[in-house]
Amino acid sequence: MGFKQRLRIAWERLEGAFTRSFGPAWNPFFQLGALGWFFYWIVAVTGIYLFIFFDTGVTNAYQSLEEITRAQWWAGGVMRSLHRYASDALVVVMTLHMIREYLLDRLRGPRWLAWVTGVPMIWFVFIAGVTGYWLVWDMLAQYVAIVTTEWFDALSIFGEPIARNFLSPTHLSDRFFTLMVFAHIVVPLFLLLVMWIHILRMSDARINPPKGLAIGTGATLLVLSLVFPAVSQAPADLAVVPATVQLDWYYLNLYPLFDYVPRPVMWVLTVGFSTFLLLLPWLPPRRRAPAALVDLGNCNGCARCAADCPFNAITMRPRSDGLPYEQEAAVDSGMCVACGICAGACPTATPFRRRALLVAGIDLPQLTVRELRARTLAATSALRGPVRVLVYGCAHGTRLAALQQPGVATVELSCIAALPPSFIDFVLSGDHADGVFLTGCREGDCHHRQGIEWTRQRLAGERDPFLRARVPRERLHCCWSGLAQTAVAVRELSAFRERLAALAPAEGGTPAAREEAGHA
Amino acid sequence: MPSPLAWAGQIVAYTAFGVGIGYLSLYPAYTHRDPEQAQIKLSFAHAGARKEDCRRLSYEEIAKLPPGQRRPHDCSRERVPVTVELELDGKLLYRATLEPTGHARDGVSVAYQAFMTTAGRHELVARLRDDVQGRTYAAGAGREGADRKWIGEWNYVHRAQIELAPRQNLAIEFRADKGGFLIH
Repeated sequence: MGFKQRLRIAWERLEGAFTRSFGPAWNPFFQLGALGWFFYWIVAVTGIYLFIFFDTGVTNAYQSLEEITRAQWWAGGVMRSLHRYASDALVVVMTLHMIREYLLDRLRGPRWLAWVTGVPMIWFVFIAGVTGYWLVWDMLAQYVAIVTTEWFDALSIFGEPIARNFLSPTHLSDRFFTLMVFAHIVVPLFLLLVMWIHILRMSDARINPPKGLAIGTGATLLVLSLVFPAVSQAPADLAVVPATVQLDWYYLNLYPLFDYVPRPVMWVLTVGFSTFLLLLPWLPPRRRAPAALVDLGNCNGCARCAADCPFNAITMRPRSDGLPYEQEAAVDSGMCVACGICAGACPTATPFRRRALLVAGIDLPQLTVRELRARTLAATSALRGPVRVLVYGCAHGTRLAALQQPGVATVELSCIAALPPSFIDFVLSGDHADGVFLTGCREGDCHHRQGIEWTRQRLAGERDPFLRARVPRERLHCCWSGLAQTAVAVRELSAFRERLAALAPAEGGTPAAREEAGHA
Repeated sequence: MPSPLAWAGQIVAYTAFGVGIGYLSLYPAYTHRDPEQAQIKLSFAHAGARKEDCRRLSYEEIAKLPPGQRRPHDCSRERVPVTVELELDGKLLYRATLEPTGHARDGVSVAYQAFMTTAGRHELVARLRDDVQGRTYAAGAGREGADRKWIGEWNYVHRAQIELAPRQNLAIEFRADKGGFLIH
């Protein structure tokens, strides 16, 4: 097991602890992107309020903020505190979101766009934060202004060092301050634009956290604002060295490094790291499965695949082959992550079809429905013992190898929702196994975003294609345990087999009778 | 409905989130400079003299020029580097020869340096040379400081007794149009 895999397991265990308290729907780790949007809106709304009362001139900025903070502490003061703390929380969720997507390998293939747009978002968030601290024009702002301008001067792109604007009180002017006010408004707007591009390829992107989680985090920030309000430090004075400053470590964590690392080297480090992040989706090991393919001869234009695709990779367009249907499915291979959820949704992807060559209307080249049926039959034909169970699992969650034991066979899919429900019926009604066990990612955190939810709805008869009513539900078990909780899957599989053993005989004879007869 | 243990877990998580956000937004404080010391900052953007004197063009040379570009003098763009020296209590603090900026080396020479020193009384000497050493100009040559006398290798020298308080930021600037070094 590689280092990254170990890290991922440790990370999933941490998230598992949150699932136990918050449940899968409210687990903040499963909602980091949505929380980012939530904090952004808090910052935007409170920022607009503060701007109404803020004096944008450098000589009066500090005093105007003091009045906002103290004269109307119950409104402006709280708004200022929320503005700061929600900004800090935005950095926290953004950082966790990036680490998480990296560890769970959700940056490759067509997901590159979300990852790559995330990199400028980091810069925009930090620029917005730094300019925000600048506007307070206290000792911290003075420190930030001097260190930042000295850093930019290292680029040698200005005729004169811009840090000279802060040489002494006589050098101070509104020029730079006005620029910072402008940047503090414009940069968050650019950030919003990139945030929109960031989620462009996802269908039903989560931009609002669950209400309970929003209330919990919002209330926490409000309580923090009331108990520990954000205030200014001593007013800026360029005749005095800002020797000791109280840094906001979320935004200014790199600033102390400027005292030890040459400024050009800091440029190399920050730009180099950003470039490395930008290239990550294409660095080895490269994994790019071929996109789903439409077979027009079997596509009736039902649009279920388009409705279920979590990445907006399928569109319906007018029929092009003369068959008497209105539409046909079309796959954008640049956006297809090859999850196979479309094949799982296709009504033609059923193993019961009696055709010489089973071809679905939409299929994955690397695991066609025909191949899936062949693997299912091969796996079940090898099953022996009194309680035979076929496990369908996804490649991104529970380790299927850990579930291998006598009487249990496994078939791996790219996503659990790539399994058409008719396969469960096929296995049980054909007496290929006594039970079917579905496993994969953790609930609320499907690698392909919606695989678990679509599977749940299909099995419950809430979403096409339904699992037929005749399928005995007691012979089907779902376990969403993920990679770190493979042991849970092992336990649930054992318990499931015990329940199966106690059930009435399945079609095709009792398990015991089969055992006696050496039934294969 | 979550169990009491789950509720307790949520309360702990939200508290840790709030405390973490609140604490790291302000603490621990960072000491950027020794608060017992003072800072001297030397900075200027000053163009040195032209490297070569302007040459008076002859009538024939002027006549050869396109009508829109005729001028009485031919001046090279390149400027000489500016050399600056800062001495504190008899010890050399800084000395640099600052090349002119720009591809044609016709821009300003730029200095931006900060030095930490002990608070208290100090003897400060700042020296600067912005011309070819020893070059003199005729009166009314039209260049700032052209009529200055050379003091050894320098054409600008400033001596001052300074009293520095802890955390004081003393800025030394050079402005030829204001007579040389300025202390803020």
